[in-house]
Amino acid sequence: MTEFLQQLLNGLSLGAIYALIALGYTMVYGVLRFINFAHADVFMVGAFAGYYLGQFLPEDTLWGGSIVLIGAMAASAALGMTIERLAYRPLRNAPTLNVLITAIGVSLLLQYSGQVFFGAAPRTFPPVLPSRNFEIGTLTLSSNQLVVIGVAIALVVALQFIVFRTKMGTAMRAVSLNPKAAQLVGVNNNVVITFTFALGSALAGAGGILYSLNYPSIDPLMGVMPGLKAFVAAILGGIGNIPGAALGGLLLGTVETFVAGSQYSTYKDAIAFAILIIILLFRPAGLLGRFTAEKV
Amino acid sequence: MSPRLRLLPLLAALGSVALAQETIKIGEYSSLTGKEASFGQSSHHGIVLAVEEINAAGGVLGKKIELITEDNQTKPGESATVVNKLISRDKVVALIGEVASGRSLEAAPIAQRSRIPMIAPAATNPKVTETGNYIFRVCFIDPFQGTAMAKFAEDTLKVKKVAIASSVSSAYSVGLARFFRETFTAGGGTITAEQKFSEGDKDFRAQLTAIRASGAEAVFVPAYYTEAALLIRQARDLGMTMPFFGGDGWEAPQLLEIGGAAMNGTYYSTHFSAENKEPVVADFVARYKARWDGEVPGAFSALGYDSVYVLVDAIKRAGTTDGPKLRDAIAQTKGFAGVTGITTINAQRDATKPAAIIAVRDGKLEFLKTVAP
Repeated sequence: MTEFLQQLLNGLSLGAIYALIALGYTMVYGVLRFINFAHADVFMVGAFAGYYLGQFLPEDTLWGGSIVLIGAMAASAALGMTIERLAYRPLRNAPTLNVLITAIGVSLLLQYSGQVFFGAAPRTFPPVLPSRNFEIGTLTLSSNQLVVIGVAIALVVALQFIVFRTKMGTAMRAVSLNPKAAQLVGVNNNVVITFTFALGSALAGAGGILYSLNYPSIDPLMGVMPGLKAFVAAILGGIGNIPGAALGGLLLGTVETFVAGSQYSTYKDAIAFAILIIILLFRPAGLLGRFTAEKV
Repeated sequence: MSPRLRLLPLLAALGSVALAQETIKIGEYSSLTGKEASFGQSSHHGIVLAVEEINAAGGVLGKKIELITEDNQTKPGESATVVNKLISRDKVVALIGEVASGRSLEAAPIAQRSRIPMIAPAATNPKVTETGNYIFRVCFIDPFQGTAMAKFAEDTLKVKKVAIASSVSSAYSVGLARFFRETFTAGGGTITAEQKFSEGDKDFRAQLTAIRASGAEAVFVPAYYTEAALLIRQARDLGMTMPFFGGDGWEAPQLLEIGGAAMNGTYYSTHFSAENKEPVVADFVARYKARWDGEVPGAFSALGYDSVYVLVDAIKRAGTTDGPKLRDAIAQTKGFAGVTGITTINAQRDATKPAAIIAVRDGKLEFLKTVAP
């Protein structure tokens, strides 16, 4: 029983990280209907921004950690907006496939420029936040895991609020529903889309820092695997749906953890992904997604 | 430009080709960047130091050695590409590489097919030299390392129940885990759990929770340093205080950097310790530090250094760099005294050497003892 609960905790904290990254995928998709594959690499740049900021700040302090987190989110948001302005905006009226391929191109560009600027060797991420271990009976939980779970929940709530309760959120939903009509009623599409990218990329930056606090070895290709898993989590939860992304992430992390902790640990990813395929067979639009017919 | 002037650069090019033929080209492929960059960097530093020393002393067979280095970025598949390039385009006469068994196994069939002798400084998986008669190594092999660590667990750690956490996607890890298990269970010990992960994984809490529940008194982690350090850190977070131990894949400064205080109470076996007080070692350490800004040589620096000297010694005895003759000369290496001990190439083209056991205490590496084969 103890082992089961401990594995559940492990799974939830891993899933919370997937959820954090998945939120960014799902937000951009919700507004623009395209997968921003460069998202996972913005996540990596966020981690490196935190790494360099951490060199100037004392370790193990709450305020130092907060500055690192906010700085990395700001750097990622700036990068996200730049990517949108330079790579995606010129293709605003091009077929979705073109934008998708551009996104893959931007992703590779970031990965390999990262190898040039940051070096390809892994770096050790500084312990910017004070960390402690909590014992609840026979269960062990580290403060870093708690922070990840807490931040993920807070961000889901905040995003739901922004999308459904603010003026900008209303504009985002309007652009998502019908960009031309939104423009006709006075929504500035470019501002809304830039805001979406800034928000999504800031989430990726936060994810990068929280990931690196838990797994303190960072390198320019670190975004690839978590990015792929988060992408799957977003699809699983129903892409475009914010609570869905969180649910998908938690589910994927938990399944993966339970398989990894069993005697079939060799087939960890294979079994986790097989379960996902089965779920998608029965619910093609994802767990919380609604199936909408493609407009022609 | 007159026709005659136009010929000048061509003549110059011809001249440099003629000059280039006066060198003996040795190819090195290693993981200079990427996940296991520390392996590549330290073996590269040892190799460069040896080449520079030999060239300063006049080279070999009256020619200077030209070292051509290629980086495989720690990526699967990349070693084959760069080794093909070294052999077909650069026409190297011999290859030195790699530290990791998996990447050595990629390059070995190509070297064997092209009849270019290859010396692996630190690939410990037996399969590497089984590829063919052109493949050699100057280090011990995993059956010995696995046995040494199994004995260490029994006699020094005094544990009977050990769990294993190994990587399924590394030939080194799979092999070492198997050899450890065979010796340890034959000696009366039990393996309480055997958990697997993949190269590049960062989360090991699931596997560790299963190990914690299995009642293991110690955990054997035959993995490379990034995974080992992350794994042990998470184990300490989960409240696992038992000793962890591993093999020469842990040998990198990053082990302590990533692992931090969590690494206290861990042990690993390796090929060389810079703390060894023998004059030949102390002398090497001093020269190495002078060349590389005070960096302390690790096991792979020493093995890289020795590989070059073993190769050059064979070139001298063969009197040629012709593939088959050079191969025979390397195979006849006997009692060659290097910085990692005496190298004698046996019938399996392996070297038989002692292992050094290192303990981590108070954030520092401590030389514990030498285990003879």
